[in-house]
Amino acid sequence: MPDILSRPFRFGSNSGQPITRRDGIAKVTGTAIFAADNMPDRLLHAVIVPAGIARGRVTHLDAEAAEAHPGVTHVITPQNRPPLQGDPSAKTMMFSFRIEVLQDDAVRYAGQPIAMVLGETLEAATEGAHLLSPRYDVEPARVRLDDSPSFAFDPAGFGLPADVEHGDVDAGHRAARWVVDATYETAAQYHNAMETHAIVAEWDGDRLTLDMPSQALAISCAAYAFYFGIPAGNVTLRSPYLGGGFGSKAFATGPQVLAILAARMTGRPVKLMLTRQQMFGPVGHRGATRQRLRLGADDRAALTVIDHEGLAETSSFDDFVEPAAGASQGLYAARALRSTHRAVRLDIGTPGPMRAPGEASGSAALECAMDEMAEQIGIDPLEFRLRNYAETEPGTGRPYSSKALRECYMQAAERFGWAGRPLKPGQMRDDNGLLVGWGMGTALFPCPMFAAEARATLRPDGTALVETSAADMGQGAWTALAQIAADSLGLPLEKLEFRSGHSGLPDAGVAGGSGHTATAGGALHAAGSDVIRQLGEIAAADPASPLYGSGNAGFVARDGRLYVADDDSRSEAFAEIIGRAGGAAITGNGTASRPPEDAERHAMSSHGAVFAEVKVDPDLYQMRVTRMVGAFAAGRIINPRLAESQLMGGMIWGISFALHEEARHDPRTGRIVNADFAGYHVPVNADVRGLEVITVHEDDPYVNALGIKGVGEIGITGAVGAIANAIWHATGKRIRRFPIRIEDLSTA
Amino acid sequence: MSISITLTLNGAARDIALDDTRVTLLDLLRERLALPGTKKGCDRGQCGACTVLVNGRRLNSCLTLAVTLDGAEITTIEGLAEGDELHPVQSAFIENDGFQCGYCTPGQIMSAVGLIAEGHAGEDLERIREGMSGNLCRCAAYHGITLAVREATRRMAEDKKGQAA
Repeated sequence: MPDILSRPFRFGSNSGQPITRRDGIAKVTGTAIFAADNMPDRLLHAVIVPAGIARGRVTHLDAEAAEAHPGVTHVITPQNRPPLQGDPSAKTMMFSFRIEVLQDDAVRYAGQPIAMVLGETLEAATEGAHLLSPRYDVEPARVRLDDSPSFAFDPAGFGLPADVEHGDVDAGHRAARWVVDATYETAAQYHNAMETHAIVAEWDGDRLTLDMPSQALAISCAAYAFYFGIPAGNVTLRSPYLGGGFGSKAFATGPQVLAILAARMTGRPVKLMLTRQQMFGPVGHRGATRQRLRLGADDRAALTVIDHEGLAETSSFDDFVEPAAGASQGLYAARALRSTHRAVRLDIGTPGPMRAPGEASGSAALECAMDEMAEQIGIDPLEFRLRNYAETEPGTGRPYSSKALRECYMQAAERFGWAGRPLKPGQMRDDNGLLVGWGMGTALFPCPMFAAEARATLRPDGTALVETSAADMGQGAWTALAQIAADSLGLPLEKLEFRSGHSGLPDAGVAGGSGHTATAGGALHAAGSDVIRQLGEIAAADPASPLYGSGNAGFVARDGRLYVADDDSRSEAFAEIIGRAGGAAITGNGTASRPPEDAERHAMSSHGAVFAEVKVDPDLYQMRVTRMVGAFAAGRIINPRLAESQLMGGMIWGISFALHEEARHDPRTGRIVNADFAGYHVPVNADVRGLEVITVHEDDPYVNALGIKGVGEIGITGAVGAIANAIWHATGKRIRRFPIRIEDLSTA
Repeated sequence: MSISITLTLNGAARDIALDDTRVTLLDLLRERLALPGTKKGCDRGQCGACTVLVNGRRLNSCLTLAVTLDGAEITTIEGLAEGDELHPVQSAFIENDGFQCGYCTPGQIMSAVGLIAEGHAGEDLERIREGMSGNLCRCAAYHGITLAVREATRRMAEDKKGQAA
């Protein structure tokens, strides 16, 4: 076992500081420009017409009525839609989804675009869209998990998760002294970033400019270029700010392709902004699941088996199966582990990854099952988890690159005041007679790294420009990445200009998988280091420099000066070194990806522990989360202020998952009946109080050069189970269906 | 058909010719007056992203037809700071990390300014949470929002006291 603390880390003066957001002033003054804020001359407004049925055919659209409306300029239907150069059903790259772009008159789900209306004003286009008054041939809708037969599939990377088995599962079941066999259901959830999917598209010949929020700029350019038969380099995508993404803005979507098509067809710039209602369908969602968990434990409370079967919905025409059962693979030291997945085809939009895909839904079920097992054995749920603590990765035996989960348990439990919690449910009441319950769950999320590139330029005046096409959807890329870049160059932040959010810059990869800071940050770090290396070579070869001849010793950059490593008496300002060398700026390039041997030898994950208190009205069963403490170990934290905000946001998504979010279909029409913010509930401010986040530091020399793991998604995991378990602890009722509703408790 | 209305918009008198009675205040600001700081999140009064002050009261601009506002005094996020000097609510949002993506932020801030002016939340966190619950934040920066509103309330009260003294 290597001593992970013995490898020195370079700690700059910027990383680790809780500085406020660098885009803060723009965002509080309304000057941060989001996609739909753009208003080029000669703009046309586009409005999508969504299907009002879930399966069948469009038989009539009153295009004449729409066209006759003053201000309406075009009505685009399958009859007159100009051709696309790329097949909308093609799966050309890893992250391709089949999209709905008026290729025929078939309706595959409610909310699918069936026409688009363009107008000189938004009001005209909106009215035109209403006037189309579609008529349909309706077929029965299949929208519930039992409405279609389930099927097995061959795993094929993205969207089709692999089944995994370690150890002798049958033997694990046979060896069990204690057994939990329970089935949990999770609801369909929709990302619903506050900024709906928006686009302003403008053509100049065969060059396309898009103002559009994107979590993956280079991939998006390639995707749109494919549909329109132009080189990816002809697409310029500007995405300086995303009004939230959560996974839904990483992929090309049908409505956005239609807006681009409309711009090409009309020769005018076109703006499309989906309505809130239209966010429920063509832009992805977290698919509903039904998960069976079979746990076995021996008479020492050691898990003999975790057997996790996931059933998830996908659409009738594409594959994305929520990889929920995978969440049971990396967490507890069971002797045998099995995760399997099956899918059901329904008349719904294709699901996709939504904040903590797989882990959020899978962890909700697993953490509840763990609680049920602890109850059965009669031991404290935290003690039960500690007895099954995985010192090495379950199944593979690989060492963790770092794992401070035990510290997370201890610190969060201490802060929460877990000690002395009664084992039996229904034992605690507050002064107002409300039932009080405490529950906990373990949080886990992998820490992937993708590929990214960055460029750093040290200018003759000692300031620097750093560039990468990162995406800031609220996680703080503008700030945290600048902190990393400044440290890599040994500069204070104010001497750094950071350009990002533009496809013309080096590819920063995907803002997803909680890997963006590690990946884009890694590339920036490498680019800055490349500049410093070049600067050192110049100085070491320059007889006039105090650093002359010190090349072998290595250099350290700090506060705009280059120092000989371990010799603070020898240093020189960047500007002086560059000045004597002729005054040309020095440009460095960097890439980031994880060394394959480190990825092979180590299991890598962020970990955490979440403790929740709920209060439940004994008569009305109204539930409220009154306190929550989460402790998370996620490698090095670049900016504690921003990281804690993100972790807390994740925990609130946990509240939302456990108690609020559910898209409900009318089984007769297949439509979602609550497709807006009045009916689709997410937490409001008054739902959130008493939250605390603790970050537990880890030095991890294997995940990447910076030791960063990622904090974007882990906050949801653990939290859902903690709340459900707290509700059981308050009431004695196990609700195995999310979100937990008042009627579930009152009828249980 | 064109209808003229007069607004006092962020302190300046504006004569506006409306060619369409269906235009909401939100779309007037965003699409016709080049003030896109006010955001559209739902267009039906369910999320608060479009909150502005009309005659000093906070209001969902997506639910208000522009033609009904003749003579009104309107303050949007663009009109809050005085030059480079941020409004106390704006700086408190930055210092307390009361936002992540920033999309709901103009509405949150205008709502907070309105709430503080209403004066019935004071520095009581539970009342602030309740009073700010018409403004959704999907990033869920509620903890920071609540602290920011309290801090701004306190700072504005102190400023007032200082001016009175």
